[in-house]
Amino acid sequence: MAELSALSIVEAAKGLSARDFSAEDLANACIAEIGRRDGEIGAYVYVDEEGALSAARAVDQRRAKGEELSMLAGIPLGVKDLFNTRGVRTTCCSEIIRDFVPPYDAEVVGRLRELGAVCVGKTNMDEFACGASTEHSCFGVTKNPYDLSRVAGGSSGGSAAAVAANMCFYALGTDTGGSIRQPASLCGVYGFKPTYGRVSRSGVTAMASSWDTVGPFTRSVEDMALVMETISGHSRFDQTTPEKAVPSYLSVLGKEVKGLKIGLPKEYFGEGIEEETATVVRAAAEKLEKAGAEVREVSLPSTKYAVAVYYITMPAELSANLARFDGVRFGSKTSAEAENMVDFYAQTRGEGFGDEIKRRIMIGTYVLSAGYYDAYYKRAQKVRTVIIQDFERVFAEVDVLIAPVSPFPAFKIGELVDDPLAMYMADALAIPASAAGLPAFACPAGRSSLGLPIGLQIIAPQFGEERCFHVGSALERMS
Amino acid sequence: MLTEEEISHIAHLARLALTAEEKTRFGAQLSRILGYMDILKEVDVEKVQETSQVTGLANVMDEDIMHLSQTTPDELLAQSELPIDSHQIRVMRIIK
Repeated sequence: MAELSALSIVEAAKGLSARDFSAEDLANACIAEIGRRDGEIGAYVYVDEEGALSAARAVDQRRAKGEELSMLAGIPLGVKDLFNTRGVRTTCCSEIIRDFVPPYDAEVVGRLRELGAVCVGKTNMDEFACGASTEHSCFGVTKNPYDLSRVAGGSSGGSAAAVAANMCFYALGTDTGGSIRQPASLCGVYGFKPTYGRVSRSGVTAMASSWDTVGPFTRSVEDMALVMETISGHSRFDQTTPEKAVPSYLSVLGKEVKGLKIGLPKEYFGEGIEEETATVVRAAAEKLEKAGAEVREVSLPSTKYAVAVYYITMPAELSANLARFDGVRFGSKTSAEAENMVDFYAQTRGEGFGDEIKRRIMIGTYVLSAGYYDAYYKRAQKVRTVIIQDFERVFAEVDVLIAPVSPFPAFKIGELVDDPLAMYMADALAIPASAAGLPAFACPAGRSSLGLPIGLQIIAPQFGEERCFHVGSALERMS
Repeated sequence: MLTEEEISHIAHLARLALTAEEKTRFGAQLSRILGYMDILKEVDVEKVQETSQVTGLANVMDEDIMHLSQTTPDELLAQSELPIDSHQIRVMRIIK
């Protein structure tokens, strides 16, 4: 059983095709693994055993009838609790919608379900995707499978941990300022942040609408290429997805890296970055150099402003997106009597939102308010342009960038939770690519002296996912 | 340093009921966080345009028709904890 849940998607798909085992076997294997390990890890907030088995049996029946099926048919996945799943509780890990059961699927969930994907459960996250450690969930902390005293990262910590611990074959998450890449790195799995607009966000609760992206976690590059090909593409329900064709990511795997120009941005290897992390990532770049790539140092001077840009514009957008949580159309309303609607809203939100949410809503409200808008919000939007220009300049010289994702491996639970600003700095290296809407592929790169996973990210120009897969695949072959 | 009055004002704009303890605690944290934002003053942005979004798309249009395959208005209304009346949600009187 345990061996089944450790397979890659591609291996499992081949096994299903060859009738070595059934989709029901795969679902049971994941459910068993969840039973065995999730008590101590806490990756899932809801396990839909009945739904998973029912979906798995349906796939087995379709296959028995001779229907040609997608490689993702019958493969169990975990879904971050930020994504609507029809008929299955979706909470964003917040008290304010703790009992919400959506009447429709998020678009990518619906698309996967149609193909026969088996949704095994909803994974833990920082409330409304606000965090870098999955310590801000109303359901408790998700622990790092490599060291249970440490965080799994965030905000998609549950998805990362579930994949790392073989409790599903892949998982969905979101990355706004690092929330796929950072937990992927901390948990030793692959995580892809696509180009902004590459994957539909319809049915996924919005955090910061000009930064949010949807992406997968997997245990191999081939699996990632398969899932990314499947979920990417234009959608009429998400107006930020352009009508751009999705190339075959699978077809670039295995290509040589000779002649490829790789940039190492010096600001990602300097002050504040743990030496072991920098060493491990540089070693990976050296391997590519030995294989014929040209590696050179580049500079992105605006890197140091990214956290400030993000923590002004993101809370501003968040405050607008969370205004809908007022106890009227959905979610819990205030438990106390309210004298008027304003009090009704204020009490509902005061009771329902966690501390980090309140902080961010207040920052957002402040920077958008009269008298402060120009000094904060407008200025931040301008510095965002400077960050974008830095990347444009650098991509005229190189094809991809390689850099660490996180300045440090998984930190101890409780270590940063009382210092919001220190927690924000955890995303300092992830934010810039998000500012420019660039694709960034987080890949395992090595381990720290304590045995903790260290990841790197491969950043490409917009819609340059193929370059990320090209390099990621080469690194996987060399490891 | 944010004053108590400023914190109360922000909380009111954001429709957040905060306890006195929260006002003090968040006030201190917010002051520190906003102080960090001063780093952006280092950047010369005089000739720089704001970035609102990175897609380059504008005026993306679609047909004005309802898509009922996923869910219906009544299913959506059923999500509310408040009373439903004539396909509308009944709330407290706003204009007295």
